[in-house]
Amino acid sequence: MSAAVDATAARATSAPVAVDARLADALLQLADSPLVLAQRLCEWIGKGPVLEEELASTNVGLDLLGQARLWLGYAGEVEARTGAPSRDEDALAFHRDQQEFRNVLLVEQPNGDYAMTLARQFWFDHAHRLLLDALTRSRDERIAAIAAKSVKEVAYHVQRVDDWIVRLGDGTDESHARMQRALDALWPYTGELFVDLPADAGLVADGVLPARAALRARWLAEVDAVLATATLTHPDTAFMHAGGREGRHTEHLGHLLAEMQFLPRAYPDARW
Amino acid sequence: MVSADTPEGDAWQRLASVPDPEIPVVSIVELGIVRAVARDGAGWRVTLTPTYSGCPAMDMIARDVERVLGTDGNVRVDTALAPAWSTDWIAPEARERLRGFGIAPPAACGAPGAAAVDVAGISPLRRARPACPRCGSAATSLVSQFGSTACKAHYRCDACREPFDYFKPH
Repeated sequence: MSAAVDATAARATSAPVAVDARLADALLQLADSPLVLAQRLCEWIGKGPVLEEELASTNVGLDLLGQARLWLGYAGEVEARTGAPSRDEDALAFHRDQQEFRNVLLVEQPNGDYAMTLARQFWFDHAHRLLLDALTRSRDERIAAIAAKSVKEVAYHVQRVDDWIVRLGDGTDESHARMQRALDALWPYTGELFVDLPADAGLVADGVLPARAALRARWLAEVDAVLATATLTHPDTAFMHAGGREGRHTEHLGHLLAEMQFLPRAYPDARW
Repeated sequence: MVSADTPEGDAWQRLASVPDPEIPVVSIVELGIVRAVARDGAGWRVTLTPTYSGCPAMDMIARDVERVLGTDGNVRVDTALAPAWSTDWIAPEARERLRGFGIAPPAACGAPGAAAVDVAGISPLRRARPACPRCGSAATSLVSQFGSTACKAHYRCDACREPFDYFKPH
């Protein structure tokens, strides 16, 4: 009881607590997209289209999981500074419900056929690399260090997915049609990658986070160059979904979490 | 590195006996994973940096570090992310051993085809063309940007037709 009163008092008197609470949320936004996408990619294990590609997508998933762990670890430390109960990376990954997840809606979309998996990866990887590159200049040293580590890995994700977009787009009639269909279907989920949440404005003003909207022009130039080489057409829908980074998700995330979180929730102290 | 006559030099030598779990012909010191070794009371404080953020070998490497230095007392293993690990830190003699092991060593970062992304990277001409570690031919083709581990790409030699791993510049 007295601890709760102390925490409330600290919150009322100390401005940095509010800043830390917001920073913890922003770190979850950085953590949850790679975490959820890693889980999606792992669903391909054992049933990839070819062995080489199964290894590649699994390795991309492993990179993303490693990055998510770094962000989650930091998010837990920052959250603890606000007086909230301490949560480590496992508690954050396995014991949050879907409305507490801060990933973009794009990455929770189902794998579909391989064109759908690659279209999701293509839209995400280019945006992810640009975001991480901007985060290497964050005034928060820890954020800058994690971003500098991650951006090198994501550079290879971009090269790999670009290869596939060209190979399938400029492939057979069937592969071209499927690739185009997948890009069109997932395009309305790309807007959220470049939204600046009003609640994050303070962190952007302080140079902790970059303005995401400013990254969109470069992203468009990159993806359009690849689409042109791949003989694919830029989707032209104007409508964009939003809300994932504020905890409003599509029906797909709950099912993904049920699978990802089942074991640690059913057997809380389970160890390998 | 310090001379082997000092305790620090001796510690570095013992760490140099720890092989990388994935690539046993190269030690963790030669790979550039060990960033610092310092006295910590009667024991040691060792700073490691991961190659890749998702590298599953890090826990095993930390345990190996504790094993070779643990006879001196407590060993504390810290992880440092900055500066981010680079393949440019791999020792020259280790590069030759990689080749002997069947892995083409990484080109210098910033070399043509090295990690820098440009969207024209989809042009094969800009790609790294590592020489085949078996026959030495420069006629090689990329099969996949990810091979048996995240740090390696999968190539094929167009001369001797053997597949091989290429340690990606990072």
